Amino acid sequence: MSQPALILRDVHKCFGEGEHARCALDGVNIEVAPGSVTGLIGPDGAGKTTLMRLCCGLLKLDGGSIQTLGMDVADQPAAVQAAVGYMPQRFGLYEDLSVQENLDLYADLQGVPVQERPARYTRLMEMTKLAPFTSRLAGKLSGGMKQKLGLACALVRPPRLLLLDEPTVGVDPVSRRELWEIVYSQVREAGMNVLLSTAYLDEAERCDQVILLHKGRVLGQASPDRFSQGLKGRTWEVSAQDIRPRRLQADLVKQAGISDAIINGDRVRIITREGFEPDAASLLPGHPGLHVEAVPPRFEDAFIDRLGGAGEGRHATPAIGQVAAGEYPGDPIEVEQLERGFGDFVAVKKVSFSVKRGEIFGLLGANGAGKTTTFRMLCGLLPLSSGRVSVAGHDLRTASAQARSRIGYMAQKFSLYANLTVAQNLEFFSAAYNLRGSHQRGRIQWALQGFELEPYAGTNAGTLPLGYKQRLAFAAALMHEPEILFLDEPTSGVDPLARREFWARTNALAEAGVTVLVTTHFMEEADYCDRLVIMAEGAVLAEGSPHEIRTLARTPENPRPRMEDAFIGLIQSREKAA
Amino acid sequence: MNRLTRMRLKGMIRKEWLQILRDPSSIAIAFLMPVLLLFLFGYGVSLDAKDIPLGFVIDSPDSNTASFRASFDHSDFFRPEDFASIQAAQQALAQRRIDGIVWLRSNFSSLLLSGQEAPIAVRVNAVDANQARITQGYIQGAWLAWLGQYARSQGRQLPLPVSMEQRVWFNAALISRHYLVPGLVAIIMTLTGSLLTAMVVAREWERGTMEALMVTPLNMKEMLVGKLIPYFILGMGGMLFTVALAVWQFDVPFRGSFAALMGASALFMLVALALGLLISIVSRNQFVAGQVAIIITFLPAFILSGFIFDINSMPAPIQVVTHVVPARYLVSILQSLFLAGDVWPVYWANMGGMAILLVVLTAVVRHKAYKRLD
Repeated sequence: MSQPALILRDVHKCFGEGEHARCALDGVNIEVAPGSVTGLIGPDGAGKTTLMRLCCGLLKLDGGSIQTLGMDVADQPAAVQAAVGYMPQRFGLYEDLSVQENLDLYADLQGVPVQERPARYTRLMEMTKLAPFTSRLAGKLSGGMKQKLGLACALVRPPRLLLLDEPTVGVDPVSRRELWEIVYSQVREAGMNVLLSTAYLDEAERCDQVILLHKGRVLGQASPDRFSQGLKGRTWEVSAQDIRPRRLQADLVKQAGISDAIINGDRVRIITREGFEPDAASLLPGHPGLHVEAVPPRFEDAFIDRLGGAGEGRHATPAIGQVAAGEYPGDPIEVEQLERGFGDFVAVKKVSFSVKRGEIFGLLGANGAGKTTTFRMLCGLLPLSSGRVSVAGHDLRTASAQARSRIGYMAQKFSLYANLTVAQNLEFFSAAYNLRGSHQRGRIQWALQGFELEPYAGTNAGTLPLGYKQRLAFAAALMHEPEILFLDEPTSGVDPLARREFWARTNALAEAGVTVLVTTHFMEEADYCDRLVIMAEGAVLAEGSPHEIRTLARTPENPRPRMEDAFIGLIQSREKAA
Repeated sequence: MNRLTRMRLKGMIRKEWLQILRDPSSIAIAFLMPVLLLFLFGYGVSLDAKDIPLGFVIDSPDSNTASFRASFDHSDFFRPEDFASIQAAQQALAQRRIDGIVWLRSNFSSLLLSGQEAPIAVRVNAVDANQARITQGYIQGAWLAWLGQYARSQGRQLPLPVSMEQRVWFNAALISRHYLVPGLVAIIMTLTGSLLTAMVVAREWERGTMEALMVTPLNMKEMLVGKLIPYFILGMGGMLFTVALAVWQFDVPFRGSFAALMGASALFMLVALALGLLISIVSRNQFVAGQVAIIITFLPAFILSGFIFDINSMPAPIQVVTHVVPARYLVSILQSLFLAGDVWPVYWANMGGMAILLVVLTAVVRHKAYKRLD
């Protein structure tokens, strides 16, 4: 088994023809060593899914060659498909079949002998902790359970090569941890080779090997340590007593010697440019009381550095005028005992919180935790089953157009008109908010310049790169200068650089007095919020500032817990109570 | 067939069955739709002319006009109504209160006696041409019948333009239900065969399960056969159910043999399934698959199969087109099986047509179905 499990030589794959042709993979050379877990890391649109599909012969190669388990994929696609295990992004489960029936189907298809099945099923159910749910329909499982069942189906006959396409996206941290344990147990027990793609950079560190994919090209292949080694001596954490981390981050990222700064709990993690030695006393003019500590580099640092750093904090953020606060009693957003059921399923259970003026407030939770349902009720898109919501003093379901004009909304998939140009989208959205004449033209100009969209003004929104789509959606939501902004999963699938840009922009809005409510499933993004609630299975598990919530998980062994640790702790204590 | 192939097929078929059983819409298409269509066509739609509202205008009533008028009173086909003047009757016709006018002018009796022809004038509302022809025919028939009777009573020969002796075979009572219902069986099988199959395979593409199925040892032939068998059974079940309803609920006679019925239905089912598979392989999207299936299978089966509209009275180019509509062959077989019995030349000629379609479609499906996404 010394032969590589996968060999890709100069692989090309393009979609579309002529002018619209887009190369998803552009000269990719990869070897996946046997007996290892290899991570395919890159943002959305990097070409990860295309690469996976090519490796199983699901797409036709436009150039180059692929050898999977020693077989040429172009010559023997059927043999390759019979030999590998593959879990596509949408995991290929039949939602109208039960857990057991799904397993039976894949066992039949993979030709697992009937007498071997009971033992295999028991093992898989034990690993996935799905044993109590074998008769439940797959469609009624939670997101994390579906993902585990998908993996179990792919493992029903242990394949020599397992290909997993984003198995952990949107999954709660507990299930993510379990998925990784299953993958590693299979590598150890059965000597399986695993190629796994992910957009979570922290997962790269769990892989033996990492392939960095960006815009259809391989930026590097090495162990995660090797990647981060190059950054030795350039990563630090800065903390200050008197400045909030968000403010500190915004100031630090503008310093010449700093290539990247992100919030990490109560501190700010920085990457310095080569040869720059941060000095606590002079790092930030006017703030001599900083504390700077050298920390070991992480994979994410290396990734950002390879992409050129955060770009001196120039985040294409337009000037935002101070927002005039509306006149109404109470807080901008108030939610009391909110409930919503669909049939006999309760999606949101007695949720209460309130958001203060100029706050960034986060709804944090895995897919299916009830974030989007809560959000839709707040925006007046979905009636409440019971409880009360008030946004800027109104219930948006019955509010006048005038009350609605105080809020801005950015939907999960951006809701842009793909076949209108950038300028036309802005014209439409500004007109929809009753902007006319010179005021409208002024705002469109403001958006085009401030978000650096001018070069794309005549481009159709559908063909924009994802990061620019996000800018445009953001601009569209801000055309009418709302005082409350709703952002639904704005960072899902966006690459780390665009995510940094997004948070810098949101920060600037909050500084200008805009109240922001944002949902996310990235645990580490919680630290950008002033306050947040953690949701699971429709209920609020905890509410407070990021610091307060992290403190809940503090133990002698783990004095500086991450948000993810706090989340897992909350879920586990909830399960114990149940 | 080796053990592994059998196991894979069994897995696919069991999965499809479970999905059919849990999806109320496929059961509805296979069993509720036949009931609905049968009741609609069995009771609601009728191409028979019955109780046609007919206006009478008699300019100078006498014993002859009274006798002629009375002959309509006893007819099942007409509901006569008298009008004082032709103007009043024409107005009623324009308002669709009546479908036709029989006008006996003041010279009716004198023309009759002189033996000159056609002393009656007939106006028919021809907005619905089919209905108009039937009405016209019936009036003509009633006129000729009365004339013959009149001649006999007068004891003399009348110079009739044409004398006709009519015998109606196979559907002696001229009940349109008797030939609509056998045709319906073909329509219903098209629905279960093509529409259902097109939707369920497209669903696999849409939900991403196809991608997972492809990366298994399952080969394309097994996947197709695994899909076909359950829907074949479902479709044949729907067919038997419809035939049973037709015979016992709607009293449509069945004069052919059961074996011939099964043979023709089975062959047709395969053609319909192949067409459904082809649609879903090409469209990969439930909505498009549904639309396409309706446009290229269901509508032609309705319009171009001879189920309602007679193929021989279509323009020649359309008649050529009907040869690629599989339902055309089955409708023809079923109408003869139900009403005439086993007419082997008709049977085998139409079976041949379906067999050719099946071979062509299977070849296209095999060519289009490969385990790849692009």
